[in-house]
Amino acid sequence: MADPAYTPTVAPAPHIHDVNAPGHDAEHMAKHVKGYLVVGLLLILLTGFTVFLSYVNFDKYLPGHGWNIIVGMIEATFKAGLVAAIFMHLKGERATIWRFLFFTAIFVSGLFFLTYLHYWDPIGGHAHSVSDTGTYTNQH
Amino acid sequence: MQIPYEVSARPDTGLYNAKLGIWLFLASEVMLFGGLFSAYIFQRLGAEPGYWPHGLLNVPVGMGNTIVLIASSVTVVLAWAALKMRRWNQYWWFMGITIFCGLLFLVVKLSYEWPQKFVHFGVFIKKDAVAKYEDYLGNKHQAANGLEPRYEISGHLEAVEFERDGKHETVKAREGEEGLHPWEDIEWASAFLPRHSTYFGTYFLITGLHGLHVLAGVIVFAYMWLFGKELYLRNPEHMANRVEVAGLFWHFVDLVWIFVFPIFYLL
Repeated sequence: MADPAYTPTVAPAPHIHDVNAPGHDAEHMAKHVKGYLVVGLLLILLTGFTVFLSYVNFDKYLPGHGWNIIVGMIEATFKAGLVAAIFMHLKGERATIWRFLFFTAIFVSGLFFLTYLHYWDPIGGHAHSVSDTGTYTNQH
Repeated sequence: MQIPYEVSARPDTGLYNAKLGIWLFLASEVMLFGGLFSAYIFQRLGAEPGYWPHGLLNVPVGMGNTIVLIASSVTVVLAWAALKMRRWNQYWWFMGITIFCGLLFLVVKLSYEWPQKFVHFGVFIKKDAVAKYEDYLGNKHQAANGLEPRYEISGHLEAVEFERDGKHETVKAREGEEGLHPWEDIEWASAFLPRHSTYFGTYFLITGLHGLHVLAGVIVFAYMWLFGKELYLRNPEHMANRVEVAGLFWHFVDLVWIFVFPIFYLL
Protein backbone atom coordinates (compact mmCIF):
# COMPACT_ATOMS: atom_id res chain seq x y z
CA MET A 1 0.00 0.00 0.00
CA ALA A 2 1.42 3.41 -0.97
CA ASP A 3 2.62 5.68 1.84
CA PRO A 4 0.47 8.86 1.73
CA ALA A 5 3.32 10.89 3.23
CA TYR A 6 5.76 9.84 0.51
CA THR A 7 6.22 12.33 -2.31
CA PRO A 8 7.74 10.72 -5.42
CA THR A 9 10.76 12.57 -6.75
CA VAL A 10 10.45 11.25 -10.27
CA ALA A 11 7.78 12.69 -12.54
CA PRO A 12 5.31 10.09 -13.75
CA ALA A 13 5.61 8.98 -17.38
CA PRO A 14 3.45 11.18 -19.59
CA HIS A 15 0.41 9.55 -21.13
CA ILE A 16 0.02 9.51 -24.88
CA HIS A 17 -1.35 12.83 -26.09
CA ASP A 18 -4.10 13.30 -28.63
CA VAL A 19 -2.12 15.02 -31.36
CA ASN A 20 -5.22 16.58 -32.80
CA ALA A 21 -6.12 18.28 -29.55
CA PRO A 22 -4.58 21.73 -29.18
CA GLY A 23 -1.92 22.31 -26.51
CA HIS A 24 -3.11 23.73 -23.23
CA ASP A 25 -1.89 27.21 -24.22
CA ALA A 26 -2.83 27.23 -27.92
CA GLU A 27 -5.06 30.30 -27.64
CA HIS A 28 -2.27 32.05 -25.79
CA MET A 29 0.15 31.19 -28.61
CA ALA A 30 -2.07 32.64 -31.32
CA LYS A 31 -1.80 36.05 -29.67
CA HIS A 32 1.99 35.90 -29.77
CA VAL A 33 2.23 35.03 -33.47
CA LYS A 34 1.24 38.56 -34.48
CA GLY A 35 3.91 39.93 -32.15
CA TYR A 36 6.59 37.76 -33.77
CA LEU A 37 5.66 39.02 -37.23
CA VAL A 38 5.64 42.67 -36.14
CA VAL A 39 9.03 42.37 -34.44
CA GLY A 40 10.48 40.55 -37.44
CA LEU A 41 9.36 43.32 -39.78
CA LEU A 42 10.70 45.93 -37.38
CA LEU A 43 14.10 44.21 -37.30
CA ILE A 44 14.27 44.18 -41.10
CA LEU A 45 13.40 47.89 -41.27
CA LEU A 46 15.97 48.67 -38.59
CA THR A 47 18.60 46.83 -40.64
CA GLY A 48 17.98 49.23 -43.50
CA PHE A 49 18.09 52.12 -41.05
CA THR A 50 21.46 50.87 -39.75
CA VAL A 51 22.89 51.02 -43.27
CA PHE A 52 21.47 54.52 -43.73
CA LEU A 53 23.00 55.73 -40.47
CA SER A 54 26.41 54.42 -41.52
CA TYR A 55 26.50 56.99 -44.32
CA VAL A 56 25.92 59.89 -41.91
CA ASN A 57 29.15 61.29 -40.46
CA PHE A 58 28.06 61.97 -36.87
CA ASP A 59 31.49 63.33 -35.94
CA LYS A 60 30.64 66.39 -38.02
CA TYR A 61 27.64 67.25 -35.84
CA LEU A 62 28.72 66.05 -32.41
CA PRO A 63 31.79 66.88 -30.32
CA GLY A 64 34.58 64.34 -30.11
CA HIS A 65 35.21 61.25 -32.25
CA GLY A 66 33.86 57.78 -32.78
CA TRP A 67 30.18 58.71 -32.76
CA ASN A 68 29.37 56.43 -35.68
CA ILE A 69 30.63 53.47 -33.67
CA ILE A 70 28.54 54.49 -30.64
CA VAL A 71 25.38 55.02 -32.71
CA GLY A 72 25.91 51.73 -34.56
CA MET A 73 26.39 49.78 -31.35
CA ILE A 74 23.38 51.37 -29.66
CA GLU A 75 21.19 50.35 -32.58
CA ALA A 76 22.68 46.84 -32.74
CA THR A 77 22.09 46.44 -29.00
CA PHE A 78 18.46 47.53 -29.41
CA LYS A 79 17.93 45.01 -32.20
CA ALA A 80 19.63 42.27 -30.18
CA GLY A 81 17.41 43.19 -27.24
CA LEU A 82 14.31 42.71 -29.39
CA VAL A 83 15.52 39.28 -30.53
CA ALA A 84 16.32 38.27 -26.95
CA ALA A 85 13.14 39.62 -25.39
CA ILE A 86 10.60 38.49 -27.98
CA PHE A 87 12.02 35.62 -30.03
CA MET A 88 14.00 34.07 -27.17
CA HIS A 89 11.12 34.70 -24.74
CA LEU A 90 13.36 36.45 -22.23
CA LYS A 91 10.52 38.83 -21.48
CA GLY A 92 8.66 36.96 -18.79
CA GLU A 93 11.32 34.24 -18.49
CA ARG A 94 12.10 32.58 -15.17
CA ALA A 95 14.46 34.21 -12.70
CA THR A 96 16.94 31.32 -13.08
CA ILE A 97 17.72 32.35 -16.66
CA TRP A 98 18.08 36.00 -15.69
CA ARG A 99 20.56 34.96 -12.97
CA PHE A 100 22.61 33.07 -15.59
CA LEU A 101 22.64 36.12 -17.84
CA PHE A 102 23.55 38.48 -15.00
CA PHE A 103 26.70 36.49 -14.27
CA THR A 104 27.41 36.11 -17.99
CA ALA A 105 27.31 39.91 -18.33
CA ILE A 106 29.80 40.24 -15.48
CA PHE A 107 32.18 37.68 -16.95
CA VAL A 108 32.06 39.06 -20.49
CA SER A 109 32.69 42.55 -19.11
CA GLY A 110 35.73 41.08 -17.39
CA LEU A 111 36.84 39.65 -20.72
CA PHE A 112 36.58 43.07 -22.36
CA PHE A 113 38.44 44.60 -19.42
CA LEU A 114 41.30 42.10 -19.82
CA THR A 115 41.83 43.15 -23.46
CA TYR A 116 41.45 46.80 -22.46
CA LEU A 117 44.40 46.31 -20.06
CA HIS A 118 46.74 46.31 -23.07
CA TYR A 119 46.77 50.11 -22.75
CA TRP A 120 48.72 49.64 -19.51
CA ASP A 121 51.34 47.43 -21.14
CA PRO A 122 54.59 49.32 -20.45
CA ILE A 123 56.32 47.84 -23.51
CA GLY A 124 53.69 47.89 -26.29
CA GLY A 125 50.81 49.71 -24.68
CA HIS A 126 50.20 51.82 -27.79
CA ALA A 127 50.85 51.01 -31.43
CA HIS A 128 54.26 52.54 -32.16
CA SER A 129 55.17 50.74 -35.32
CA VAL A 130 53.37 49.75 -38.43
CA SER A 131 53.78 46.08 -37.50
CA ASP A 132 51.53 46.55 -34.45
CA THR A 133 48.57 47.65 -36.47
CA GLY A 134 46.57 46.48 -39.40
CA THR A 135 49.48 45.78 -41.73
CA TYR A 136 52.87 44.16 -41.79
CA THR A 137 56.40 45.21 -42.64
CA ASN A 138 57.74 43.91 -45.94
CA GLN A 139 59.78 40.84 -45.15
CA HIS A 140 61.89 40.87 -48.34
CA MET B 1 11.65 4.80 -17.24
CA GLN B 2 10.91 8.39 -18.22
CA ILE B 3 13.61 11.01 -17.69
CA PRO B 4 12.02 13.54 -15.35
CA TYR B 5 11.37 17.11 -16.44
CA GLU B 6 11.89 16.50 -20.16
CA VAL B 7 8.53 18.11 -20.74
CA SER B 8 7.24 19.38 -17.45
CA ALA B 9 9.04 22.11 -15.54
CA ARG B 10 11.10 21.46 -12.45
CA PRO B 11 9.37 22.93 -9.41
CA ASP B 12 12.51 24.72 -8.17
CA THR B 13 13.62 26.43 -11.41
CA GLY B 14 10.35 26.48 -13.33
CA LEU B 15 12.22 25.18 -16.38
CA TYR B 16 12.44 21.88 -18.19
CA ASN B 17 15.90 20.29 -18.52
CA ALA B 18 16.78 21.26 -22.06
CA LYS B 19 15.91 24.91 -21.59
CA LEU B 20 18.19 25.14 -18.56
CA GLY B 21 20.94 23.44 -20.49
CA ILE B 22 20.69 25.54 -23.64
CA TRP B 23 20.82 28.81 -21.74
CA LEU B 24 23.98 27.67 -19.94
CA PHE B 25 25.45 26.70 -23.29
CA LEU B 26 24.49 30.09 -24.79
CA ALA B 27 26.23 31.77 -21.85
CA SER B 28 29.42 29.96 -22.86
CA GLU B 29 28.89 31.03 -26.46
CA VAL B 30 28.62 34.65 -25.31
CA MET B 31 32.08 34.25 -23.76
CA LEU B 32 33.43 32.75 -27.00
CA PHE B 33 32.18 35.47 -29.33
CA GLY B 34 32.63 38.16 -26.69
CA GLY B 35 36.35 37.39 -26.49
CA LEU B 36 36.73 37.61 -30.26
CA PHE B 37 34.75 40.85 -30.51
CA SER B 38 36.74 42.32 -27.66
CA ALA B 39 40.01 41.50 -29.43
CA TYR B 40 38.72 43.04 -32.67
CA ILE B 41 37.50 46.22 -31.00
CA PHE B 42 40.75 46.94 -29.22
CA GLN B 43 42.83 46.11 -32.29
CA ARG B 44 40.63 48.52 -34.25
CA LEU B 45 40.92 51.28 -31.66
CA GLY B 46 44.69 50.90 -31.55
CA ALA B 47 45.22 50.89 -35.29
CA GLU B 48 47.33 53.59 -36.86
CA PRO B 49 45.09 55.93 -38.89
CA GLY B 50 44.83 54.90 -42.51
CA TYR B 51 45.98 51.31 -42.03
CA TRP B 52 42.70 49.69 -41.00
CA PRO B 53 40.85 48.45 -44.11
CA HIS B 54 37.46 50.00 -44.62
CA GLY B 55 34.78 49.73 -47.28
CA LEU B 56 36.06 46.44 -48.68
CA LEU B 57 32.99 44.33 -47.92
CA ASN B 58 29.85 44.25 -50.02
CA VAL B 59 27.22 46.10 -47.95
CA PRO B 60 24.11 45.20 -50.01
CA VAL B 61 25.04 41.51 -49.90
CA GLY B 62 25.73 41.72 -46.16
CA MET B 63 22.41 43.47 -45.61
CA GLY B 64 20.65 40.80 -47.68
CA ASN B 65 22.24 38.08 -45.56
CA THR B 66 21.15 39.92 -42.40
CA ILE B 67 17.56 40.03 -43.63
CA VAL B 68 17.72 36.32 -44.50
CA LEU B 69 18.81 35.45 -40.96
CA ILE B 70 16.19 37.69 -39.36
CA ALA B 71 13.50 36.07 -41.54
CA SER B 72 14.74 32.63 -40.48
CA SER B 73 14.47 33.68 -36.82
CA VAL B 74 10.85 34.64 -37.44
CA THR B 75 10.06 31.36 -39.20
CA VAL B 76 11.67 29.17 -36.54
CA VAL B 77 9.67 30.81 -33.75
CA LEU B 78 6.52 30.45 -35.88
CA ALA B 79 7.41 26.77 -36.35
CA TRP B 80 7.58 26.39 -32.57
CA ALA B 81 4.27 28.24 -32.14
CA ALA B 82 2.69 25.93 -34.73
CA LEU B 83 3.78 22.89 -32.71
CA LYS B 84 2.36 24.42 -29.51
CA MET B 85 -0.93 24.84 -31.40
CA ARG B 86 -0.61 21.24 -32.69
CA ARG B 87 -0.46 22.27 -36.34
CA TRP B 88 2.09 19.86 -37.83
CA ASN B 89 1.78 20.98 -41.46
CA GLN B 90 2.32 24.60 -40.53
CA TYR B 91 5.39 23.59 -38.47
CA TRP B 92 6.73 21.59 -41.42
CA TRP B 93 6.52 24.55 -43.79
CA PHE B 94 8.00 27.08 -41.37
CA MET B 95 10.85 24.76 -40.45
CA GLY B 96 11.54 24.10 -44.13
CA ILE B 97 11.78 27.84 -44.80
CA THR B 98 14.12 28.21 -41.82
CA ILE B 99 16.44 25.54 -43.20
CA PHE B 100 16.31 27.14 -46.65
CA CYS B 101 17.25 30.55 -45.22
CA GLY B 102 20.17 29.04 -43.29
CA LEU B 103 21.47 27.31 -46.41
CA LEU B 104 20.99 30.48 -48.47
CA PHE B 105 23.08 32.42 -45.96
CA LEU B 106 25.89 29.85 -46.19
CA VAL B 107 25.78 29.64 -49.98
CA VAL B 108 26.02 33.43 -50.34
CA LYS B 109 28.93 33.56 -47.91
CA LEU B 110 30.91 30.64 -49.29
CA SER B 111 30.18 30.96 -53.00
CA TYR B 112 30.29 34.74 -53.34
CA GLU B 113 31.53 36.79 -50.39
CA TRP B 114 34.62 34.81 -49.45
CA PRO B 115 35.73 33.95 -52.99
CA GLN B 116 35.42 37.64 -53.92
CA LYS B 117 37.97 38.44 -51.22
CA PHE B 118 40.41 35.88 -52.59
CA VAL B 119 40.50 37.49 -56.06
CA HIS B 120 41.14 41.02 -54.80
CA PHE B 121 44.36 42.40 -53.39
CA GLY B 122 45.62 45.40 -51.45
CA VAL B 123 48.95 47.17 -51.75
CA PHE B 124 50.06 49.35 -48.85
CA ILE B 125 52.21 52.23 -50.10
CA LYS B 126 55.12 53.44 -47.97
CA LYS B 127 54.42 56.77 -46.32
CA ASP B 128 57.28 58.57 -48.07
CA ALA B 129 55.93 57.48 -51.47
CA VAL B 130 52.28 58.27 -50.85
CA ALA B 131 52.37 61.58 -52.71
CA LYS B 132 53.23 59.77 -55.97
CA TYR B 133 49.95 57.83 -55.79
CA GLU B 134 47.60 60.69 -54.96
CA ASP B 135 45.44 59.85 -57.99
CA TYR B 136 44.73 56.44 -56.49
CA LEU B 137 44.63 57.35 -52.79
CA GLY B 138 42.86 60.73 -52.85
CA ASN B 139 44.38 61.89 -49.56
CA LYS B 140 43.77 65.57 -50.33
CA HIS B 141 40.05 64.83 -50.42
CA GLN B 142 40.35 62.76 -47.25
CA ALA B 143 42.11 65.59 -45.41
CA ALA B 144 39.63 68.20 -46.65
CA ASN B 145 36.77 66.16 -45.20
CA GLY B 146 38.41 65.33 -41.90
CA LEU B 147 38.76 61.66 -42.82
CA GLU B 148 41.63 59.26 -42.13
CA PRO B 149 44.41 59.14 -44.75
CA ARG B 150 44.56 56.16 -47.09
CA TYR B 151 47.69 54.11 -47.75
CA GLU B 152 46.22 51.09 -49.50
CA ILE B 153 45.48 50.69 -53.18
CA SER B 154 43.23 47.75 -53.87
CA GLY B 155 42.36 46.02 -57.08
CA HIS B 156 41.42 42.81 -58.81
CA LEU B 157 44.09 40.15 -59.09
CA GLU B 158 43.36 39.64 -62.76
CA ALA B 159 44.40 43.24 -63.46
CA VAL B 160 47.97 42.89 -62.24
CA GLU B 161 50.87 40.50 -62.23
CA PHE B 162 53.67 40.21 -59.73
CA GLU B 163 57.14 40.04 -61.27
CA ARG B 164 60.17 38.88 -59.34
CA ASP B 165 63.69 39.49 -60.56
CA GLY B 166 66.22 38.63 -57.89
CA LYS B 167 65.97 41.34 -55.29
CA HIS B 168 63.53 43.48 -57.19
CA GLU B 169 59.83 42.90 -57.43
CA THR B 170 57.18 44.79 -59.23
CA VAL B 171 53.44 44.86 -59.16
CA LYS B 172 52.82 45.43 -62.81
CA ALA B 173 49.61 46.15 -64.59
CA ARG B 174 48.58 43.68 -67.21
CA GLU B 175 48.25 44.88 -70.77
CA GLY B 176 45.48 47.43 -71.11
CA GLU B 177 45.37 48.17 -67.36
CA GLU B 178 46.82 51.24 -65.65
CA GLY B 179 49.23 51.54 -62.77
CA LEU B 180 52.78 50.51 -62.07
CA HIS B 181 53.94 50.02 -58.49
CA PRO B 182 57.68 49.54 -58.02
CA TRP B 183 58.35 47.30 -55.06
CA GLU B 184 60.43 50.03 -53.42
CA ASP B 185 57.24 52.01 -52.89
CA ILE B 186 55.31 49.08 -51.44
CA GLU B 187 55.24 48.32 -47.73
CA TRP B 188 53.07 45.23 -48.01
CA ALA B 189 50.91 43.53 -50.61
CA SER B 190 48.52 40.69 -50.23
CA ALA B 191 45.27 39.34 -51.52
CA PHE B 192 42.35 39.79 -49.15
CA LEU B 193 43.29 36.74 -47.13
CA PRO B 194 43.64 36.37 -43.35
CA ARG B 195 47.33 37.27 -43.71
CA HIS B 196 46.48 40.63 -45.30
CA SER B 197 45.75 42.39 -42.02
CA THR B 198 44.34 41.96 -38.54
CA TYR B 199 41.04 43.13 -39.97
CA PHE B 200 40.80 40.30 -42.47
CA GLY B 201 42.24 37.78 -40.04
CA THR B 202 39.47 38.59 -37.58
CA TYR B 203 36.85 38.88 -40.33
CA PHE B 204 37.50 35.35 -41.62
CA LEU B 205 37.76 33.95 -38.09
CA ILE B 206 34.51 35.44 -36.79
CA THR B 207 32.45 34.93 -39.95
CA GLY B 208 33.87 31.41 -40.33
CA LEU B 209 33.04 30.50 -36.74
CA HIS B 210 29.60 32.06 -37.15
CA GLY B 211 29.12 30.11 -40.39
CA LEU B 212 29.95 26.87 -38.59
CA HIS B 213 27.27 27.71 -36.04
CA VAL B 214 24.78 28.34 -38.84
CA LEU B 215 25.68 24.96 -40.37
CA ALA B 216 25.24 23.20 -37.03
CA GLY B 217 21.83 24.82 -36.59
CA VAL B 218 20.78 23.79 -40.09
CA ILE B 219 21.80 20.18 -39.42
CA VAL B 220 19.81 20.05 -36.18
CA PHE B 221 16.77 21.62 -37.83
CA ALA B 222 17.03 19.21 -40.75
CA TYR B 223 16.95 16.28 -38.32
CA MET B 224 13.86 17.67 -36.60
CA TRP B 225 12.26 18.39 -39.97
CA LEU B 226 12.86 14.95 -41.43
CA PHE B 227 12.51 12.72 -38.36
CA GLY B 228 10.39 14.74 -35.93
CA LYS B 229 6.98 13.27 -36.83
CA GLU B 230 7.45 10.17 -34.69
CA LEU B 231 8.17 12.15 -31.53
CA TYR B 232 5.38 14.58 -32.36
CA LEU B 233 2.88 11.72 -32.56
CA ARG B 234 4.19 10.22 -29.33
CA ASN B 235 4.59 13.41 -27.31
CA PRO B 236 3.95 16.70 -29.13
CA GLU B 237 4.90 18.87 -26.16
CA HIS B 238 8.32 17.21 -26.00
CA MET B 239 8.79 17.88 -29.72
CA ALA B 240 7.79 21.52 -29.20
CA ASN B 241 10.35 21.82 -26.41
CA ARG B 242 13.09 20.44 -28.65
CA VAL B 243 12.25 22.92 -31.39
CA GLU B 244 12.15 25.73 -28.84
CA VAL B 245 15.62 24.84 -27.56
CA ALA B 246 17.12 24.56 -31.05
CA GLY B 247 15.38 27.83 -31.88
CA LEU B 248 17.05 29.53 -28.93
CA PHE B 249 20.43 28.52 -30.35
CA TRP B 250 19.37 29.85 -33.76
CA HIS B 251 18.26 33.19 -32.32
CA PHE B 252 21.63 33.53 -30.64
CA VAL B 253 23.36 32.91 -33.98
CA ASP B 254 21.16 35.64 -35.48
CA LEU B 255 21.99 37.91 -32.56
CA VAL B 256 25.73 37.49 -33.16
CA TRP B 257 25.27 38.40 -36.83
CA ILE B 258 23.32 41.53 -35.80
CA PHE B 259 26.60 42.73 -34.28
CA VAL B 260 28.91 41.28 -36.96
CA PHE B 261 27.17 43.14 -39.80
CA PRO B 262 27.65 46.72 -38.56
CA ILE B 263 31.07 46.09 -36.99
CA PHE B 264 32.68 44.57 -40.08
CA TYR B 265 30.61 45.90 -42.97
CA LEU B 266 29.66 49.42 -41.89
CA LEU B 267 32.03 50.81 -39.26
